[in-house]
Amino acid sequence: MLGRTANDLYWLARYVERAENMARLIEVGYRIVLLPRDGEGAHEEWRSTLASAGCAQGFFDKHETLSTRDVINYLLFDCTNPSSVKSCLAAARRNGRAQRTSLTRDMWESLNAAWIEFSAIKPESVTAGELPRILDWVRSRSALYRGAMLNTILRNDTFFFMQLGTFLERADNTSRILDVKYYVLLPHVEMVGSGIDAVQWAAILRSVSAHRSYRWVYKENYKPWRIAEYLILNQAMPRSLRSCYEQIGVTLDDLAEYYGGQHACHGTATGTRQRLAKGDIDNIFQSGLHEFIEDFISRNNRLGNEVADAYHFNG
Amino acid sequence: MLISIGHVTRYTYGLPAACSVHTLRLTPPSFEGQRVLSWRVEMPEIAGAVQYRDAFGNVSHLVSIPRSYDEISIIARGVVETKDKSGLVRGLMEAAPVRIFLRETPKTAPDSNIRALVADVAQADPIDRMHDLMRLVGERVEYAVGTTTASTSAAEALRTGRGVCQDHAHVFISAARLMGFPARYVSGYFLTGDILGSEAQHAWAEVYINGLGWLGFDPANQICPTESYIRLGCGLDSLSAAPITGNRTGGGNENLDVFVEVQQQSSAQQQ
Amino acid sequence: MYGSGEGVRPPYHAVAEWLGTQALGDLRQKLADAETMFRRTGITFAVYGSEDTSERLIPFDIIPRIISAAEWRKLAAGIEQRVRALNAFMFDIYHRQEIIRAGKVPEELIVSNSAFVPEMMGVSVPLGIYSHIIGIDIVRTGESDFFVLEDNTRTPSGVSYMLENRETMMHMFPDLFARNRVAPVENYPENLLKTLESVAPTGLKGEPTIALLTPGQFNSAYYEHSFLADQMGVELVEGRDLAVIDGYLQMKTTQGPRRIDVLYRRIDDDFLDPLVFRSDSVLGVPGLFDLYRAGRVTIVNAPGGGIADDKAIYSYIPEIIKFYTGRAPILQNVPTYNCRKADDLKYVLEHLPELVVKEVHGSGGYGMLVGPTASSSEIEAFRAKLTANPSNYIAQPTLALSTSPTMVEAGVAPRHLDLRPFVLVGDEVRMTAGGLTRVAMRAGSLVVNSSQGGGTKDTWVLQD
Repeated sequence: MLGRTANDLYWLARYVERAENMARLIEVGYRIVLLPRDGEGAHEEWRSTLASAGCAQGFFDKHETLSTRDVINYLLFDCTNPSSVKSCLAAARRNGRAQRTSLTRDMWESLNAAWIEFSAIKPESVTAGELPRILDWVRSRSALYRGAMLNTILRNDTFFFMQLGTFLERADNTSRILDVKYYVLLPHVEMVGSGIDAVQWAAILRSVSAHRSYRWVYKENYKPWRIAEYLILNQAMPRSLRSCYEQIGVTLDDLAEYYGGQHACHGTATGTRQRLAKGDIDNIFQSGLHEFIEDFISRNNRLGNEVADAYHFNG
Repeated sequence: MLISIGHVTRYTYGLPAACSVHTLRLTPPSFEGQRVLSWRVEMPEIAGAVQYRDAFGNVSHLVSIPRSYDEISIIARGVVETKDKSGLVRGLMEAAPVRIFLRETPKTAPDSNIRALVADVAQADPIDRMHDLMRLVGERVEYAVGTTTASTSAAEALRTGRGVCQDHAHVFISAARLMGFPARYVSGYFLTGDILGSEAQHAWAEVYINGLGWLGFDPANQICPTESYIRLGCGLDSLSAAPITGNRTGGGNENLDVFVEVQQQSSAQQQ
Repeated sequence: MYGSGEGVRPPYHAVAEWLGTQALGDLRQKLADAETMFRRTGITFAVYGSEDTSERLIPFDIIPRIISAAEWRKLAAGIEQRVRALNAFMFDIYHRQEIIRAGKVPEELIVSNSAFVPEMMGVSVPLGIYSHIIGIDIVRTGESDFFVLEDNTRTPSGVSYMLENRETMMHMFPDLFARNRVAPVENYPENLLKTLESVAPTGLKGEPTIALLTPGQFNSAYYEHSFLADQMGVELVEGRDLAVIDGYLQMKTTQGPRRIDVLYRRIDDDFLDPLVFRSDSVLGVPGLFDLYRAGRVTIVNAPGGGIADDKAIYSYIPEIIKFYTGRAPILQNVPTYNCRKADDLKYVLEHLPELVVKEVHGSGGYGMLVGPTASSSEIEAFRAKLTANPSNYIAQPTLALSTSPTMVEAGVAPRHLDLRPFVLVGDEVRMTAGGLTRVAMRAGSLVVNSSQGGGTKDTWVLQD
């Protein structure tokens, strides 16, 4: 396989995953904004949504003030925002088109249809009532694409590079949500039990589609350290850092076997995977949740670069 | 005459060059007026070079360097025995039919000035016509370093009226083709008598005259090549005959040094 | 579809009968379904200079174009003769040029032709073949009158439409195929692969590695490039994926460089190698041409093949066929006026409203004048261009192109068409029955080029 092909497949998967995550972030932000509160709180919420999406800088370069309409437009439709849903779908399709021969017909058709349908939406015609439907649609398109992939693609390097893209992006997304909202999870005795925190905790869980499963796993009310544990260390939760790294580890092992040989990225992934497998949430809180997350983000970025080097993504 | 040649081309880069390829037409042929006694081309990766004969019969090397570097030297050297054949070039392995050398290229495309030049050629006999053309080119293009560049065309050189050997050859070739003579650009070395720098790297022209064959003309020196000339390669123009061309990625702030040493040897030295 | 007399020609009987039983509304629905299929699979065609997105569907017509077995046999024999002669011509032109010595083709038409590539002189190409993939554009003007309109010896495109049109038709009208014995076309990719393998560099040991070189996804024919690479199971590469390493052409894979033996390139000569051709090209590979010359890689089609499909050479093709095969051409040329000849130019200038005038090096239907449909100001503008540079043009009479029933706005109506069979030349000549039928979608129009709004049809060669 060409190095460029591997690069395109990896980024195709990242962009599809990013579009889905973006839709989820918008949905959560919008829910909180809808709650009866003063305007300042709503603005703060959008600020953290923009930060979680990694879009704060870009947004404020373009807009002086925060408004719900501007934020949603920027995150959903703005072509100058490389992480907007529209940009992600366009980039995913562009990469898919460049590697059309590596995709199955089902994958290509779902990707192509997603782009055609989404690009037909006129941003100015989207009403508040329609927003949830559009966001659901984005998530269902991503699910459809991944379903098509899992059901139709050969388990060879094509699959492995797309898996790496999906799980590196997902780990990045979950860790950025934690990075922006970690303070909500820190123990403040005086705040515990206040309505605001409960809403924020629920929002974090929702932004990784885990608000219902949490109760099945822990059989108790939201507790911030449990939420952190769930998102970081729980192996069963499909968007947890641990779960992502289990998948990354398996995929890198598959690649090593397929190509016959390991690279620096294998060592880095194994290190992170073991750290998560042996992790203990009390220790993490003790040595600093924020520091832990920051360290994770930098390791995750390093892994991305090492994968690109090992498999000649850039020639 | 025994002549030794040393030709060093050195590139240095402010920012490293990476993954370059080089085409070298740096190997002189043997023919009636020229016998190559020894010759070597040296540069990194030359051992893995692809060697072939190009469309105009030149022995060429394709060298690729798959790593980054700050400087590179290409060195050609050897000893050649020459004989004065009054400019006649015989016994070369010719690859292409002579009519190919009627083809215009962007560098040799004639304009109205070149047409006017051709109109001024007086003589009737083909060889006399070419000598007259050589004289006219020498008169109308004054030798001047620095007014033209490697990319100057024949028409531009004649318009400005100044140039170096490459420009003289281009103007001459353009006009000769217009007159119906197959003509080609020749690169080589010239024994100037003194030890000079790059002037010893030289260029002239050859014209095909029916019944006679290829005949050399050096409009820059106003003579037909003698035993002081070492013929390296030929082509339709300076581009297709270029001794060294290449392509690289990276390699900003290129600096180029060329050093050519052409010296007469006594036969005793040859031993 | 109709013959010179009354009624439908025999090959069309079964389809005409079927057409009679179909409601127009149903046909329209099928057409819409077909378009949806094409768009979803991504069969699109980029049109240069067109403002409306970079991707457009080529109109597809659901009524097949039909050729009888006997008609096809004659066409196939003529095409095979022609492609062999064209390759012999290219070999000769790039070696001893016997045909010029023999005075059959004027020297200056070759030597000063921009389609002639002097750097190709003396290259020994595997099996002596230059143009391995050729598209011959054929028009029909009467029941048994076929003419070759032009040869495409450089990088002919359109074969993916031939294959996808058949796929679509079989999907939508299985019953039609049950009623007619239609020669299959789906063996084309396999034949292409065999052809490419057969021209691997001489002396290569083991299976050759083949790759398809595309300019990239913004090229108008990108869909076809990826389609063919996929069907053959070979890598689709761009210039940036390739480099000359250790004396061979190599592609940069996830596991490091890997050697390529045969490069099926879909970029023009000019862009192949910045060291030899356009120095600003980033689509090609520096050093590629030298490797080719040294026999380290085969480029398909060979550079310089444009000399054989040059429109100034076209009128000499009957002579060329006779010279190299010793026989009269089986397929005729369209009568052609070479405007570089004074007599021809005079005639052309006097008859502009009746003629089709084309640029010698043009393609895709750009820069041409269709006299009968042009306005008088268009004709006068063209007359000025023609007078200024006569040798840049050829002219041909307007042919009464055959028509075939086609779905248009108003219903089913006759539209003019041509045929581009695709021929593969390697260790043997391989041909797919039929080819790509292009149809002018506007009433009366004779321009079938997809870049000018032409459409395509499935092409059926009936078996006896």
